[in-house]
Amino acid sequence: MTSATPAPGTTAGTSARRRPRLAPYAFITPAVLLFALLLALPIGYAGYLSFRKVHVQGLGLGPGSRTEVWAGLSNYASALGDPELLAGTLRVLLYGVILVPTMLGLALLFALLLDADRTRLRAFSRIAIFLPYAIPGVVASLLWGFLYLPTTSPGYYLLGKLGMSAPQLLSGHGIYVALANIAVWGGTGFNMIVIYTSLRSVPAELYEAARLDGASELQIALRVKIPMVLPSLVLTFFFSMIATLQVFSEPTTLAPMTNGISSTWSPLMKVYRDAFVRGDIYSASATSVVIAGVTLALSFGFLKAVGRRAYGEDK
Amino acid sequence: MTTAQLRATPGRASTTPAGGRPARRRGGWVPTVGLLVGAVYCLLPVLWVVIAATKSSAQLFSSFTMAPGTGLLGNLRQLNAYRGGEFWHWMLNSAFYAGVGALLSAALSGVTGYALAKYRFAGRDSVFNILLAGVLMPPVVLAIPQYLLMAKAGLADSYWSVLLCSIVSPYGIYLARIYAAGAIPDEVVEASRVDGASEWRLFRSVVVPMMAPGLVTVFLFQFVAIWNNFLLPYIMLGDDTKFPVTVGLFTLLNQGASQPALYTLVITGALISVLPLIILFLSLQRYWRLDLLSGAVKS
Repeated sequence: MTSATPAPGTTAGTSARRRPRLAPYAFITPAVLLFALLLALPIGYAGYLSFRKVHVQGLGLGPGSRTEVWAGLSNYASALGDPELLAGTLRVLLYGVILVPTMLGLALLFALLLDADRTRLRAFSRIAIFLPYAIPGVVASLLWGFLYLPTTSPGYYLLGKLGMSAPQLLSGHGIYVALANIAVWGGTGFNMIVIYTSLRSVPAELYEAARLDGASELQIALRVKIPMVLPSLVLTFFFSMIATLQVFSEPTTLAPMTNGISSTWSPLMKVYRDAFVRGDIYSASATSVVIAGVTLALSFGFLKAVGRRAYGEDK
Repeated sequence: MTTAQLRATPGRASTTPAGGRPARRRGGWVPTVGLLVGAVYCLLPVLWVVIAATKSSAQLFSSFTMAPGTGLLGNLRQLNAYRGGEFWHWMLNSAFYAGVGALLSAALSGVTGYALAKYRFAGRDSVFNILLAGVLMPPVVLAIPQYLLMAKAGLADSYWSVLLCSIVSPYGIYLARIYAAGAIPDEVVEASRVDGASEWRLFRSVVVPMMAPGLVTVFLFQFVAIWNNFLLPYIMLGDDTKFPVTVGLFTLLNQGASQPALYTLVITGALISVLPLIILFLSLQRYWRLDLLSGAVKS
């Protein structure tokens, strides 16, 4: 983008008269209004609710016996002191440690394979690997759920024929692998395309030069290609991290098929349960505010650490 | 980048030695096999659901899972009859939420992204940063107070509650901004102004056509995101005739835990629910400007 100073050839006077002052504000007004009403106001309201609680008078019957009063920090104290929140956070961390490196590792590997000179069936594989992106998380969990059930899974059937027993993925620690696999399946193709696209924008002369210097294809991949796509990797890592923290629909969908996933498996599932099953919107709000705060702090910390380059600014 | 461009990128083939057997004939199987393994992994659940949808309830748990059954028509009839055709209601609802929502979202993203990319005005950076922070808000954190406010406004459990909350997409605005910055030369904007076009007219007749490929991408992203959304409608809606297909299938699955006969309905429904998306996805493949995502747009 060029700077606001007039370009050579135009007179300063024309440029100043022509430079629109109100138009940009008119253009952004709808988005700003909707953002304020549908995002900022709810967030503010959640903050407000997190400091409120219901005060019950007498038996809690009759009109006026239940009133909302100021709660101070008591909702926060109980939210932060709740062992379920800590347990859920640890579960999501373990899930993310399995998921993110596997998904991005595979995405990078497939992108490099797609970019390799001698690969065939490129268009087919690219579409096939990207396809799960179009399938809703609910449907993906449902499909994989049936593939994990010993009675409907081809894997268990084949292993049974061979006289082997397969690990149970829907109980114990298998759950982490089961859930991470659903997310890997759904997300690898998308991240692969992001990385592949940035690989395609690397000038071919770089590879020519490396080849003239006697580098093998593997060395080119490791020393030239991977460093060139580092910004894309940073970007995909960032979005994967945010998505991991917000995991909700996969464990919720899988829950009816197993006893291994409680209604408070992830922190967001606990927020949902507190608000809509137990009807305690106040402590649910306090927990939400804590989660939002941690997410924002992590995100901004991350973006600061990697610099503006990471999200492709145009300046 | 279009499919054609991806297939035949100039400059890459030049590494093939001139004359003799081209290098790509030798040893190409290692990366090819690697990719095919990935493709099989990605297609396996889709293949499974296609086969499973052909089985009757009795066959589902008794026959080998990869052997087709004979119950497809029966399953379709059952699904069609389920609570007076409720499943088709869900599909139509999804099409409505995703179609209208993505259209409005692309329009809003386009006009906002353009303004943020091509004008310098006081507060531009703070507006952008605040909008961007919206990406980071966990959906549940937002959805609970959104629901409570919608309830206060009398809009909870209405089509509006889902539609309105799907329109503002910070990610769409971000993509539109990157696209506008790369695809619209300042000279074109300046020239239109010199010709006396008003800012709105400039946007309508010059900017929108130039931004069209980027806006199609935003539309497709939002369409997929809204169609696949589960949490927002799950929280907002109580009346099952307003459910999108994701929430509808989840309620069916939930009941299936106690009535395994419903599992065949869930599986058949899952297959039908992904067909429109897969068709949309394959037919519009070349309109996905995926280079937007890596922030590498060139005009």
